[in-house]
Amino acid sequence: MGMTEAAAARGVAVRWRRPNGWVLGTLLIGALVAVPIVSVAVLAFVPEGDLWWHLVTTVLPGYVFNTLLLAFCVGMGTLVLGTGTAWLVTMCRFPGRRMFQWALLLPLAFPSYILAYTYTDLLDYAGPVQASLRALFGWQSMQDYWFPPVRTLSGAAVFMALVLYPYVYLLARAAFLEQSAGVLEASRSLGHGPWRTFFGVSLPMARPGISVGVSLAVMETLNDFGTVDFFAVPTFSVGIYRTWLGMGNAPAAAQLALLLLVFVILVLWWERAARRGQRYHQHDSPLEPLAGARLHGWRAGVATLACALPVVLGFLVPGAVLVEYALGTSVEALGGRFLGIAANTLLVAVLAALVCVAAALFMCYGVRLGRRRSLRTGARLVSAGYAVPGAVLALGVIIPLAGLDNQVDALMRAWFGVSTGLILSGTVLALVYAYSVRFLALPFGTLEAALGKITRSMDHAAQSLGKGPGETLARIHLPMLRGSMLTAGVLVFVDAMKELPMTLVLRPFNFETLATHVYQFASDELLEQAAPAAIGIVLTGLLPVLLLSRAITRTRADAVELPGGLP
Amino acid sequence: MLHRVQQWGGAALLAALLVLQGAAWVPAAEVNIYSYRQPFLIEPILEAFTKETGIKVNTVFAKEGLIERLKAEGRNSPADVLLTASVGRLDDAVEAGVLQAVRTPTLERNIPAAFRHPEGLWYGLTMRARVIYASKERVPRGAINTYEDLADPRWKGRICTRPSHHPYNVALLASLIVHHGVEQAEDWARKVANNLARKPQGNDRGQVRAISEGICDLSLGNSYYMGAMLNDPDQVGWAKAVYMIFPNQDGRGTHMNISGAGVTRATKHKAEAVRLLEYLSSAEAQSMYAQGNYEYPVKPDAKWSPLVESWGRFKPDDVDLTKVAKLRAEAVRVFDRAGYP
Repeated sequence: MGMTEAAAARGVAVRWRRPNGWVLGTLLIGALVAVPIVSVAVLAFVPEGDLWWHLVTTVLPGYVFNTLLLAFCVGMGTLVLGTGTAWLVTMCRFPGRRMFQWALLLPLAFPSYILAYTYTDLLDYAGPVQASLRALFGWQSMQDYWFPPVRTLSGAAVFMALVLYPYVYLLARAAFLEQSAGVLEASRSLGHGPWRTFFGVSLPMARPGISVGVSLAVMETLNDFGTVDFFAVPTFSVGIYRTWLGMGNAPAAAQLALLLLVFVILVLWWERAARRGQRYHQHDSPLEPLAGARLHGWRAGVATLACALPVVLGFLVPGAVLVEYALGTSVEALGGRFLGIAANTLLVAVLAALVCVAAALFMCYGVRLGRRRSLRTGARLVSAGYAVPGAVLALGVIIPLAGLDNQVDALMRAWFGVSTGLILSGTVLALVYAYSVRFLALPFGTLEAALGKITRSMDHAAQSLGKGPGETLARIHLPMLRGSMLTAGVLVFVDAMKELPMTLVLRPFNFETLATHVYQFASDELLEQAAPAAIGIVLTGLLPVLLLSRAITRTRADAVELPGGLP
Repeated sequence: MLHRVQQWGGAALLAALLVLQGAAWVPAAEVNIYSYRQPFLIEPILEAFTKETGIKVNTVFAKEGLIERLKAEGRNSPADVLLTASVGRLDDAVEAGVLQAVRTPTLERNIPAAFRHPEGLWYGLTMRARVIYASKERVPRGAINTYEDLADPRWKGRICTRPSHHPYNVALLASLIVHHGVEQAEDWARKVANNLARKPQGNDRGQVRAISEGICDLSLGNSYYMGAMLNDPDQVGWAKAVYMIFPNQDGRGTHMNISGAGVTRATKHKAEAVRLLEYLSSAEAQSMYAQGNYEYPVKPDAKWSPLVESWGRFKPDDVDLTKVAKLRAEAVRVFDRAGYP
């Protein structure tokens, strides 16, 4: 009996070392995601004569400088806002803390270009802010006073940070929640104050999650076109559009996009190299709920203010502006089509979230099982597609999909004399595929960070009990990853709901999402007509955001109950 | 055996396709449009078309990538008509080889030769003038008469425009290249860039707004924005602060751009597609289209909207639009070299 068990365990061990199905599946998903990026590369593979010389000697240095500066500012802004607020609501007690736990996520529901539009209207010369100031102080014209110009690089950085910090907040909060009170107490018992515990213990332990959050925010900054175009900040993505649409030169635009991609990959690689060799396994489960230091007096006031600021500026103010605009428009601006448009939006966003999370989970697990560096590197490379501007990536989706459709059509014509036309191109499936390619980085980064924190001794324990990888994933890892999966799913959902450039080009006939509906007006700066649908986006995005927040808070409670429920 | 498997496989595939694509590949009384123009601009006229002909119209609107999509989809593309907002895009479509030549007596009668492709690959549908907007308070009438005048140093710090890479600015500079050559055009772009009151930002309306706020005195903009602003209660104040100048009336005339359409090479509803183009060129549709968006109809005898009529008749620049379209890439380079953001 003992012998057979040992043999069985050995057999399992052998199977585990060559988990072919998982590795092959991971490779397959990786390949599917890589296809559009490779297509962009193929598109770029056309010599462009003297164009590069022209770009380098004229506008390219400016693009690079502006892009780096903007990415740095947004990165720092999201880091401070996201980590700081996550720490406060997780580790401290102060008035409004419970509300801020979910309210801090609200700005996520805003597309950044909508925020840009509303604030420009508010803060421009003719906007209510400057008008009231003029009335108050009796100033006559712009010559009488100074007011910070909105449409600048710093303006873009502020508003993008306000919309993007929730990425960092979400991941930092999840990381802080997973930290055991024991470790923090150990630090405190060694005589370290709260600040030193934060910088010396908590922050380093949360670093994988935080750096994923910041890199997502930075990649989103790099691929953004709407906001930087509106603020007239010539970044790299503006350069890509200028080259493609202004010069009608798609190959050169693809070359610029690839250059951007290489830059992103280098930065990601550098960040990972900086924490190579560090492991972040949680060696004990967070058995006790975090007590949280109660803040008093001015400290409590500062904490409340610090959490309120991003919510007010990133959600309440622009929300109020939109509502005011919407009240000015007739209800028929949206008409009976609103429900249909909202249903379309929900359909594609939910599908994208499901597909993305499932694919990312499979990939992360395949990478974990495969234990091959090449596999892991490959998986990380394909998720860098997030940094490619959407319209360029859309080309990378259209070309191979239509190519495949046309091949199938040619075969079917040859075999059966029937034309199948386009099977995938211009369908909802194509859209979901495109979203999955673009947003895979969100669940991949989230789940990779979370899975990395689960010690391998868990896997080994399951293995020694004769469980295969699938069962181990289902019974050990999945319950532990539930919070991260929800986080990842909602991130994809919200992003897919707001997605614009790919949706515009790839969608089926007569298919409107809330984002495309907003865009046809917003692109002409007709904010009032755009307001009802913009509010629709925000409202549709709110529900999952709130559900997510509840679920995350509950993971802590579940973790506490876990020992009893362990198989 | 293999044959049977093939048959069943084929049947199953076809069934799956029907589910995926609906019956889109079965020709029906419909016409599919890839549109670079916003739906809210074209919907009323498309509805009128459906009402008159019973032909259903389906649209996809995007600001970029539709020509690339058409090209990738090849002969199986479901699109029958490509609708664009500028001559540059029409030329791009010709270059991409996605349009087919269509010639009918109606189209050729309705649309003057200057506003259509010589072989019938595309047809212009509306025109707009790129005019100078000037402050009523600060720019006396007659003080500026040509695009070339914008380069005069007396306007230093007094001009606003949208970013140079916008198709409307690119086309204007391309027309200057046609008329004056690259060097003079670059000199002009550099001097205008020096006269700018602020970093180029926003759209054409935004520049008029800036004039009304005293940020600048002159701007470049398409003519129809005047109509749009006058009919928007929030923007009417901006419009009232300016007057329009149709430049170069004593010379070559005012720079014009066109919106237009062509029938795709892949069309499976050619008759319906041609019918749509003919409808759009008809007097009724032309005046409706032009009135709705304050543009100029291409059909010479179509009625202008009363507002547009009130701006007066003017001399348009009759430069070959295809030439202008071909010089766009050069124009962007000139802007880059001139340091015009």
